[in-house]
Amino acid sequence: MKRKRAARLGSPLYFFDFLCLVCLLAAPAAGAQIQAPSVYAITHAKIFTLAGSPIEDGTLVIRDGKIAAVGAAVEVPAGARVIDAKGLEVYPGLFDAVTQIGLSEVGAVGATVDATEAGNYNPDVVAATAISPSSEHLPVTRASGITEVLAVPASGGFDFGGSRGTLGGQASAIHLAGWTIDEMLIRKSAAMVVNWPQIQTQTFDFATFSRKEKPYSEAKQEYDKQVNELTDWIDRARHYAQAMEKGAVSKYDRDLKLEALAPVVRGELPVLVFANRARDIRNAVEFCDKQKLKMILAGGAEAYKVKDLLRSKNIPVILRPMLSSPPDEDDPYDRELTEPAELAAAGVKFAIASFDNSFARRLGQNAANAVAHGLAYDEALRAVTINPAQIFGLGSQIGTLEQGKIANIIVTDGDPLELTSDVRYLFIKGQLTSTQNKHQRLYEKYANRPKASN
Amino acid sequence: MRISFSMNARRAPIAFVLLLPRFLSALCLAPSGEAATPPDAAPVILIQNTTVMTVSHGTIEHGSILIKDGKIAEVGQSIKAPTGAQVIEASGQFVIPGIIDCHSHIAAEAINEGSVSVSSMVNMEEVLDPEDIDIYRDLAGGVTSANILHGSANSIGGQTLVIKLRWGQPAAKLPFEGAVPGIKFALGENPKRSNFSIPGQPRRYPATRMGVAETIRGAFSEARDYKKTWDDYHKRVAAGEKNLIPPRRDLKLEPLVEVLEGKRYVHSHCYREDEILMLLLVAKEFGFTVRTLQHVLEGYKVADELAAAGVGASTFSDWWAYKVEAYDAIPYNAALMTRRGVLVSINSDDAEEATHLNQEAAKSMKYGGLTHDEALKLVTLNPAIQLGIDNRVGTIDVGKDADLAIYNHDPLSAYAVVQKTLIDGRVYFDRDKDLASRAEIEKEKKTLTDKLKKEEKKPEEKKPEEKKPEQSPKPPALSAAPTAQARAVQGGAL
Repeated sequence: MKRKRAARLGSPLYFFDFLCLVCLLAAPAAGAQIQAPSVYAITHAKIFTLAGSPIEDGTLVIRDGKIAAVGAAVEVPAGARVIDAKGLEVYPGLFDAVTQIGLSEVGAVGATVDATEAGNYNPDVVAATAISPSSEHLPVTRASGITEVLAVPASGGFDFGGSRGTLGGQASAIHLAGWTIDEMLIRKSAAMVVNWPQIQTQTFDFATFSRKEKPYSEAKQEYDKQVNELTDWIDRARHYAQAMEKGAVSKYDRDLKLEALAPVVRGELPVLVFANRARDIRNAVEFCDKQKLKMILAGGAEAYKVKDLLRSKNIPVILRPMLSSPPDEDDPYDRELTEPAELAAAGVKFAIASFDNSFARRLGQNAANAVAHGLAYDEALRAVTINPAQIFGLGSQIGTLEQGKIANIIVTDGDPLELTSDVRYLFIKGQLTSTQNKHQRLYEKYANRPKASN
Repeated sequence: MRISFSMNARRAPIAFVLLLPRFLSALCLAPSGEAATPPDAAPVILIQNTTVMTVSHGTIEHGSILIKDGKIAEVGQSIKAPTGAQVIEASGQFVIPGIIDCHSHIAAEAINEGSVSVSSMVNMEEVLDPEDIDIYRDLAGGVTSANILHGSANSIGGQTLVIKLRWGQPAAKLPFEGAVPGIKFALGENPKRSNFSIPGQPRRYPATRMGVAETIRGAFSEARDYKKTWDDYHKRVAAGEKNLIPPRRDLKLEPLVEVLEGKRYVHSHCYREDEILMLLLVAKEFGFTVRTLQHVLEGYKVADELAAAGVGASTFSDWWAYKVEAYDAIPYNAALMTRRGVLVSINSDDAEEATHLNQEAAKSMKYGGLTHDEALKLVTLNPAIQLGIDNRVGTIDVGKDADLAIYNHDPLSAYAVVQKTLIDGRVYFDRDKDLASRAEIEKEKKTLTDKLKKEEKKPEEKKPEEKKPEQSPKPPALSAAPTAQARAVQGGAL
């Protein structure tokens, strides 16, 4: 073992060193050039690789942002910063597959929200364009062990009174750290958002601030109109894509919206279809099948009702939080909580996501609640790590602890899904990344407030 | 102004939807074995071989609880089952006092009289809905009592009351007997309507935090005068004066006089430290006390002031950033205030959140390092004290109401699931029976749907044409998760 020459992060001296690094990461000093170490070794840890059984007393080596080695008998390289993780556990960082992180700072304040563009068809807008790397949500969310998210336009929030449009734009997969959006990007365009139209007989009328009832026939007509429009967009995109291939699109008649849809109709870019009701899901599946689109279902409150269909079409699901009210009042009280177990039993591939920004840190809690209602623990862990990665075609890069993957890693003092577990160390792209955040800063500030004299 | 949208349009006729809770309540409440028990007769129950988390005097391993006449008759390690007692074998399980939700809007037909800035004349008790399915869902989350509050649309809102979640009982049986009634106040963004406006309506006073303070001061000035008018009248009657005409009753000011007389608790929605201190000043000026500050997300900044004023704080676990006034909200709030001597509870403000308040309390161990016992108190004893019902509930002690929640794991874990919930010594929720009754409910539901389908196939009667709205603005399509926060931004209850 060459550990003697390796810098030991566990020792008091290097702990100071670590603190300095943390401070630098937390408050970047202008012009300061820091050379972050590129080799780390996490030793004596229980390692949950999610690619095989847990390693009891294992070592994980990080080099140049990637996992260089992981196993029980791995040598610590010379010059590596060593984290003695005896008694601690190592997991892949969690992946929250539907969020508005970076796109929405304070939900009620429109000026801080860039989550939903106006209009019904915005296939050309891209989340990455508007993600704020300085958002307080990033470090707050990191502190709960989430290392990467999908930032999804038109997926939440109440801009435009909750109206989200049919083609919502492109979702971006990002690391939750980076000085610029480029450093944060995993994949700029990871999915095209489709908010599946709904047949709405009950609507809310803002003009009178009251509920309105609409006859079914009228609601159905509106729905058909929207689906026809969507069909038209996809048809035009297909023709446009063919024209692009033939070089028939000149720079003068370039159509940015159709151009953005080209990878969708070519089957390269999946559509992330938001639908909750069984009827809507069925309609969406039929549509995507007919149009040969690669569909990922998002929401899926009633996915359990169409699980066989989803399984037979190989359509994965990004499930909305289990901690949601059941859709109907006559649903069993635990309707949402048992759905993951049901989908797993049916062989439907799924991930669990927060569908939020400030509740993103409840990701683990949601997965744990699914376990409490019948989902196997390993499945729950996969639903917030490797499954979302695979669903968005990133499974070879992240989601498990395997050699060659991007080192997005958390070192915890226990089960990362449990409420009381703490993240002790967090790595993003192989860099030891601070979990200090606004909430801790305020906590420390006010914990140290001198007693008021009153 | 809290509007809950259905996630999707329902095709089923309204009548069908309205029918469901009725037969559900019948089925859920009267599972086979207990159907014969008359609703008001509480059986003798022994819960045995279980971990009893008393909250008041530690945890008893392999403990038992004997329940008689709806009260806790004995708590200890080896209690013999009296003859005829119903025995609940709960080995490997955990019993805690029933959870008390200090901020709830369940079981209410409406929660906001938002047309005026002082709506103290309205009372939540008049709109209790005993068939709200959320009562059952929260019961299934271990909640036994809840503080049913008016919304936060106005500086001084409606009258409030504490209920027990006696699912299946009529509205008249829901109120917590003898609990001090309350009134809702609200400060900050909601009463000043910062985040929404009602089209066609002018800006309503108050529109600033300054105006909110003056609205409350103005109302209490009136209430003082009104009280004096009545006091004078009573004095003159007592002095033997005859033929006096009593002052005209003012239903708006009466509840405020009760506040001045200490007969009605003030539960005030608030966020920012400045508005919190403002309310304490106004209360001091008019000589009333604030019983609880609700949400109080910046309470940690003025914890010493809260402790000195003896005001309770009822907060969220980890909500933040849904409004600017929630941007400095931190999950350490409960722990920081507790450490500075404030009586703290964690509430839901949301029917779904209430189903896992045990988990929300657990977060205070991670954020701020409360002990297991301190964390458990946040949703049991502390809200009981805040609502003035701790002589009846909140701990597992002899003589208290047998309001209990039984979990299959340590309740301060995300893996814990409620098995049974008891109120007044009666099992109001039983997970096994709930699971067992589902097939039957499905069957009955199918029978009803089939019947409706058959009826729908008959030639439709021509309904009178409804007026179409001139403009049909795009409704909020909750295709994604309708989170509590999303609902909040709708001008919500919180």
